Amino acid sequence: MDQKIVILTILGMLAVTYIPRMVPLVALASRTLPAPVVRWLSYVPSAVLASMLFPALLLKDGSVDISLDNYFLWAAVPAFVLAWRTKSFFGTVALGMVLVAAGRYFIG
Amino acid sequence: MITEPLAGEQSGSPMMSAARQVAPIVMGYLPVGAAYGVLAQQAGLSLLNTVLMSVLVYAGSAQLVAVAMFAAGLNPLSIVATTFVVNLRHMLMSASLAPNLKSWNKWELALFAYEVTDESFAVHSVRFARGDLNKTTCFGINGMAQVSWILASFAGYFAGASIPSVEPLGIDYALPAMFIALLVMQMKNGLHILVAGFSGLLALALNQAGADQWSVILATVIGATFGAGVESWTRK
Repeated sequence: MDQKIVILTILGMLAVTYIPRMVPLVALASRTLPAPVVRWLSYVPSAVLASMLFPALLLKDGSVDISLDNYFLWAAVPAFVLAWRTKSFFGTVALGMVLVAAGRYFIG
Repeated sequence: MITEPLAGEQSGSPMMSAARQVAPIVMGYLPVGAAYGVLAQQAGLSLLNTVLMSVLVYAGSAQLVAVAMFAAGLNPLSIVATTFVVNLRHMLMSASLAPNLKSWNKWELALFAYEVTDESFAVHSVRFARGDLNKTTCFGINGMAQVSWILASFAGYFAGASIPSVEPLGIDYALPAMFIALLVMQMKNGLHILVAGFSGLLALALNQAGADQWSVILATVIGATFGAGVESWTRK
């Protein structure tokens, strides 16, 4: 593989990744935004986290899997409950990992 | 619901606080970064370019997609275009963090933006919501996360396919579990729960309908609009 082309591609990837990350922060941080914009932005974290999380839990090899073999989905149920009750970041991560590992070890 | 400070997560020095909060990110980045290194090596990238991509681009899913496209011999321009679409969601993340960083200067913002990933965004948005705006902690989290990503890509390149599987330990669940905890901490009221459920199911439906890389960004825009719309409507 021609490593020069790889470098040029990486530079292109840098530009298209960094510019969208940087422009909103630099352009918006110092401004007082209109109330409807602030309101809209306040829902972005909930919306984007859920949009990334749901497919990660429900999809297995690209299709929806709600069978008992989908440990990612079922480990999420007690993890959600624990997160809700305790607000513990670490407890939730530890419980989720233990459950997935236990499912694989004991059930296969 | 999230207004009380989290016990044990705000005490201590700013760097210790960063180390505690970045731990799940590092746990998630090590196996995924190593997998990227393995695939980059198999695709024929040099060690330098493999590490360079982790230093300059620093975007997990986009890097994995890019090496797969290199391996398939696809046109560099289409790799760049795909990267753009895959990473466009970070624009919304940066925008939503911006109102919290009014006191920062442009250079600090530009540096912070360099390391906005799904995971660092999730951690910062919850920190900012509970009033933790410490700059050292911000850059500590970002720096440690990226260093772990770079080291993992480096290790993966060398270890190749002999890298041990992390599945028996459940480490591949560190990031999904972290997102569960951080999503729950965003649930300020019933409307936030509604927005999360609506956006999550919409992303899933769009993904299944073939929207592919666009599904997250479309579901986020529609979900946030839905939330803001319901809020304005119920206030009247």
